[in-house]
Amino acid sequence: MAGSTDIPVDLSAALVAAPVPLGHWLVIAPIALCIGLGAILLMLRNRTEWQAWIAIPGLLLLVLIDIALLGKVASEGAVTMVMGRWLPPFGIAFSVDLLGAAMALTAAIVALAAAVYALAEIGTSGRRYGFFPLLMLLLAGVSGAFLTGDVFNLYVWFEVLLISSFGLLILGSEREQIDGALKYAVLNLIATTLFLVSVGYLYAVFGTLNMADIAIKARAGGSTAPMMTLAGLFLLAFGMKAAAFPVNFWLPASYHTPRITVSALFAGLLTKVGVYALIRILVMLLPIERTELGPMITVVAIATMLAGVVGALGSTDIRRLLGYIVISGIGTMLAGVALGGAAGLSGAIFYALHSMVLMTALYLLAGQAARLGGSFSLTALGGLYRRNGWFAGLSLILFFAVSGLPPFSGFWPKVVLVKASLAAGAWWLAAAILLAGFLTTIAFGRVFLLAYWRPAADEGSMAVGPIKWQAGLPLIALTALVVGFGVFPESLLQLTQAAAAGLEQPSAYLHSVFPQTGGAQ
Amino acid sequence: MEAVFAVLVGLFFSAAIYLMLSKFSIRIMLGIAILGNAVNLLLFTAGRITPEVPPIIPQGASTLDLAAANPLPQALILTAIVISFSFLAFLLVLTYRAYQDLKTDDTGEMLAAEPDERPLPPLGY
Repeated sequence: MAGSTDIPVDLSAALVAAPVPLGHWLVIAPIALCIGLGAILLMLRNRTEWQAWIAIPGLLLLVLIDIALLGKVASEGAVTMVMGRWLPPFGIAFSVDLLGAAMALTAAIVALAAAVYALAEIGTSGRRYGFFPLLMLLLAGVSGAFLTGDVFNLYVWFEVLLISSFGLLILGSEREQIDGALKYAVLNLIATTLFLVSVGYLYAVFGTLNMADIAIKARAGGSTAPMMTLAGLFLLAFGMKAAAFPVNFWLPASYHTPRITVSALFAGLLTKVGVYALIRILVMLLPIERTELGPMITVVAIATMLAGVVGALGSTDIRRLLGYIVISGIGTMLAGVALGGAAGLSGAIFYALHSMVLMTALYLLAGQAARLGGSFSLTALGGLYRRNGWFAGLSLILFFAVSGLPPFSGFWPKVVLVKASLAAGAWWLAAAILLAGFLTTIAFGRVFLLAYWRPAADEGSMAVGPIKWQAGLPLIALTALVVGFGVFPESLLQLTQAAAAGLEQPSAYLHSVFPQTGGAQ
Repeated sequence: MEAVFAVLVGLFFSAAIYLMLSKFSIRIMLGIAILGNAVNLLLFTAGRITPEVPPIIPQGASTLDLAAANPLPQALILTAIVISFSFLAFLLVLTYRAYQDLKTDDTGEMLAAEPDERPLPPLGY
């Protein structure tokens, strides 16, 4: 060591000298909270009676933090915090823009609803298997994926949410679950491995993993590397995560097997993380390649929408039907990605936020329908309308919302997307969106006809009590969101338009990462 | 050196894909094990393989020697190895459990979640 101390080292070139402003801690707070609570709950795994009462206040706090974060990002623009105070691009940066903050908030709301519902559905054995710790760790992965500003870090969060989802999927270890989980695990692992391959190539091309740095270098152009191959690899990897046709078959094979709370969580969170990553990488980082891939994404979007809805029409099990509807919704989001531009992207983001809330609500609804009717099968269900009129009314609202009928929140993103595709001259895309919506209406109309209006096979044989508050409260809250943003869509439309503009012209995002140079470059 | 490794990576990937196309779950697991290593080797090769030049900035200079290997991909591999190892461990247990419960390792016969005979929804009542 002798003699080495006299070399002057200027740390200000590598480290952030100023202390982190207090407000910036909000960026890392959602992830720290989820991991911390997950660890605490894991230690308390034998105290099953305590777990829910730690997890639910924790998730409520997470919702509040995400609201504060969204408010901060909406008023001040993108916020960046670097780990270990290493300056980007060397340190791992967490950068939050409107898209990330809005997705993280919606994810937290969905998880809170599912956790409350779990009070009614996940009994002692499910809690002993670790439902609540896995839920918190899943949410750590999802929040991390939405908030990170580093591509390799995004891969790590994907793995965190994947391993937690394995645990949730096999909660109960039934035969169907093991079968579904095997297919889910293998195909998702291949998808994340493909993602890792693409990250390796991305680093080889740009020499950096920081998203803002890559965005600057990719926009500058001049690279001789086969960028289209790279973008195609990303499209395949994220398409697989998002369950886009023709790599969607893991979803209908597995989503109907776990407990309904877990299905609801997965439907609300997992595929949307894939769509988010696709938007982030292809739109913000590689915009030139996205434009080139546009026609292909259009074909994939149309095929996904129609394959999903045709699968739904042929399903007897409501949970499988909903799984296909998740796929169809992914197609609608991909249509927005294919169109690009502020309008297309804002439609895709709006639809993603709407779909997170709605699909969770629909799965929870299916759980209650099965409890009242004694089955998930459309051949056996019946008489739900006579059994509980209020429940039937709530179901009808959600069925209209998923079909994209006004005045519910599914209507507005479809209006935006159809307008954008007509403006771009892609009438076939507009036609596919409308056709998929029409077929969804038929599928859910039939569910209502068979499960609600058809008289039950034997009235009164199943004496089930009224819906518990733990199950009713999250359903009503999520439905209120669907109705609220359907009747007053203005604020959400403005938010998604600002988020889309921030992706198209990410100067504010770049400036938050590189305060000196980024905005100018 | 890198060219040899590039060919090796290609061989790893083709072996992994060949094994994963099998319908027997144990071969799929072997394919996944090889796939994880193929990716690690790919990242390793992309970071240059030069054992003779240590990646340390010499005194007086402010950048690395151009021939030195890039240490970052090696850090990425370390993370990826840990992740792929833990996933493989989980998947092996899951496969064994599936073999016990479903009494088969043929994925074509694993129909517990998706039975062959699925009725269509009723057309009316």
